[in-house]
Amino acid sequence: MSTPIVRLFAVIVLLFALLVLFTSRWTVFQAASLNNNPLNVRTLLDELQIKRGRILAADGTVLARSVPAPAHTWSRTYPTDGLFSQPVGYSIAAQGRSAGLEQSAGPDLRGVQTGLSSIFGPLSPRPVGNDVYTTLDPKAQRTAVSQLGGRAGSVVALDPRTGAVLAMYANPTYDNNHVDQLAPGQSTFNNSTQAAWPPGSTFKVVTAAAAIDSGKYTPNSMVNGDSPKTISGVPLQNDNNQSFGNIDLTQALTFSVNTVWAQVAEHVGRGTMTDYMKRFGFYAKPPLDYPPLQIRASLPVAPNGRPYPPGSPNEDIGRIGIGQGGLLVTPLQMAMVVAAVAHHGALMKPHLTDKVVDQDGRTVRTIDPTVLSQVMKPSTAQQLSLMMRRVVEEGTGTPAQLGGISVAGKTGTASIGAPGSGLTQPWFIGFAPADNPKVAVAVTVALTHGGFGGTIAAPVAKAVMQTLLAEGK
Amino acid sequence: MTARNRELLGLIPASLLVTAGFAGVFIQRSNALSNVSLTYGALFLGLCIAAHVFIRLTLPRADPYLFPLVAVLASFGLVMIYRISPTLARQQAQWFVLGLVLFAGTIILFRDYRKLERYRYTIVLVSLGLLVLPRLPGIGYAANGAYLGVRIPGLFVFQPAEFAKIGLVVFLASYLRDTRQVLVQGGRRFLGVTLPPLKQFGPVVVIWGLAMATLVVLSDTGSSVMFYGGLLAMLYVATNRLSFVVIGLIAAAIGFWYLGTHIPHIHARVETWLHPLNPRLYHAPLGSYQVANSMFAQAAGGLFGQGFGRSALSLPAGGALLPFPQTDMIYAVITAELGLFGAVAVLITYLMFVARGFKTALLARDSFSTLLAVGLSAMFALQVFVIVGGVTRVIPLTGVTLPFISYGGSSIVTNLVLLALLLLISDRARRPA
Repeated sequence: MSTPIVRLFAVIVLLFALLVLFTSRWTVFQAASLNNNPLNVRTLLDELQIKRGRILAADGTVLARSVPAPAHTWSRTYPTDGLFSQPVGYSIAAQGRSAGLEQSAGPDLRGVQTGLSSIFGPLSPRPVGNDVYTTLDPKAQRTAVSQLGGRAGSVVALDPRTGAVLAMYANPTYDNNHVDQLAPGQSTFNNSTQAAWPPGSTFKVVTAAAAIDSGKYTPNSMVNGDSPKTISGVPLQNDNNQSFGNIDLTQALTFSVNTVWAQVAEHVGRGTMTDYMKRFGFYAKPPLDYPPLQIRASLPVAPNGRPYPPGSPNEDIGRIGIGQGGLLVTPLQMAMVVAAVAHHGALMKPHLTDKVVDQDGRTVRTIDPTVLSQVMKPSTAQQLSLMMRRVVEEGTGTPAQLGGISVAGKTGTASIGAPGSGLTQPWFIGFAPADNPKVAVAVTVALTHGGFGGTIAAPVAKAVMQTLLAEGK
Repeated sequence: MTARNRELLGLIPASLLVTAGFAGVFIQRSNALSNVSLTYGALFLGLCIAAHVFIRLTLPRADPYLFPLVAVLASFGLVMIYRISPTLARQQAQWFVLGLVLFAGTIILFRDYRKLERYRYTIVLVSLGLLVLPRLPGIGYAANGAYLGVRIPGLFVFQPAEFAKIGLVVFLASYLRDTRQVLVQGGRRFLGVTLPPLKQFGPVVVIWGLAMATLVVLSDTGSSVMFYGGLLAMLYVATNRLSFVVIGLIAAAIGFWYLGTHIPHIHARVETWLHPLNPRLYHAPLGSYQVANSMFAQAAGGLFGQGFGRSALSLPAGGALLPFPQTDMIYAVITAELGLFGAVAVLITYLMFVARGFKTALLARDSFSTLLAVGLSAMFALQVFVIVGGVTRVIPLTGVTLPFISYGGSSIVTNLVLLALLLLISDRARRPA
């Protein structure tokens, strides 16, 4: 009976080899994919043991910090009571959920875990993450909150010279300390970066940039501003069906003449318009240091809800040129538009993070300003700035005037809801000081009964710019 | 060096392991080395030496490696269980003491273990009775969907399948000793394949049916695979007919396929085995949560493991991250904390034990002894394969214990009895003729 016994043992050795093989499969060969499986909460539990770094405002106000939780774990608390819920987001490691900077700056906040330290993990001390200093300004943020006064809408303020996000606030909001207990009407949806709103006439800034920079127009070019005009086979009217006769582009911008800008957009052409929109950042998610899932690209959308491919022959470029025609944008994108004009036509990459500092106070990383694209020639930007100053000095944007400081801007009043409902979405985009821009803002209030950009949004923008300039930004 | 002195030296690794292990857990727990770890180590070592002295007195020629290997496994198991729950570890240590008593009892009562042959039908009937016990109302209960346990209220809980394992092997060894010649010679050749004679093969078919019935009635896939595999191993050794094994495997494959596709709860098991990372199965009750988290735990272990006591077993909010860490999932805990290297070391220890068992079978001078040693060793190896295979997803996960390591009184007691039988066979085989 010895031969079958030896063979039987060989079979058992093979079976055990199979066990070794499968153990190595999970421990080594497929370990990475198992560790990253969304069902796997172990990685998150490990994270609970890490004391994540703080998130701070530009002035050093603590926006997020770790507090000890039971069983050697840490949890996050947000001392500003929801003021910065949207940009900061939240991190609930126990549930593996995170949003905002808490997610996008996660690797910095957790600190670097090298491969070696994971092998010798049991021997090394508990890891501590790095502090993330943001560019956010608490005073401006508070001004945005009080100015919006609970109305749905958004305020985004950028430093046009660097792309730093100075303020980012939207309604509805939530308290990031209580993500699981949202009160009625609260939302974690960030309207500043995720909304799909028609920009109204603020988009005429893009059309004007394309018209002048492409050399097809100058600020003095004369265009007939009568109403109505047939655009894409359908009559388009000015506000109150007012006819302006032959006017130049500066006047057409100052008084936001729809028929002029629709004709300009048609004449500039679909290709050139699309090209300039892309330079401003349309058609792509703004490269903010923020979770891409919480950012929406601004672009024209067909009636069936699908985005038009860039330069699609089906889109109504004349109406897109005045912010209609299915164009849907985020407040962040409109802030980028106005910041590019303010900064000699150079669009800076927007960023929330200023620097990363380790627990010993050493600066690990500083975010250097980066040019995202040169949207237009500096001379074009200069001409456009002068036109936009006229809007605030004598046009639709006079409520944005800051005594003693020149402001450039553009209003917008998008009609929303059913035709004839009278519902509008007022906008204002602008920058100041106009001759040496330090702040650029985009403001919108999502829904009013007949409110205008100049009367509703411009005062909010004015207050936010005033706060920021008073702080010496 | 005599066999017994080798055995004594072989206990050194076990005692070092248990002391170092407890020390490791203590350091992890309280950042301070307590003298309790040394006490545990000394107590365990004392028990092992007592057992060693007993073997020295009763079975001087028995295989010197079997007991030290068991001591290594048991001490390792004790440390792992201690790391999971000190309370369970104390109970396990008590079971270990009781197991050693039964171990000694077996050696004294069955010095001539061949008299077991006389009671083979009694033994098999009792074994079958034991298997059905968990299904009886009042005392039987289901754990994790399978009817594995018997609870005598206020007294104890035990898993009869563990005891039935040994009884079935004794019966088969005795039965096949008698019929092996007939099975081989009385067979008819059909299409070039030797078919066994039906009359003598009948009881074997009964065991096949039993294994399948165990599966259906008790939903105890693990034991069913173990029994059936043990049967085929013994049949193969007794007859040296590969065709019998092939026929047996085909019959089993058909049986498992049919049950796996037609019995809902077995089908569910197969589904969770094939698709453990499917979110729907993962969140389903009795779904793939356990298997998936076994894989996650092993992935967390990597090559070297996270260290003793450092892998997460439960969720911070309460609830198990790795359900049944002390029984079904103990191999996953070992892999998570000691890594691939630790896990392979454990498997090699088992393999060495099985190798010594087979060596005993080769040395034995009569068929009954050989078949008994083969059956016990094969059953032991299959038990390791079934549970580790389940945890590592080689096969669907079923609830059998990891011998000597898992928490469980029935398991440790029966496996010590199994060890006693192997030592008895070995001692007789090595006696000068």
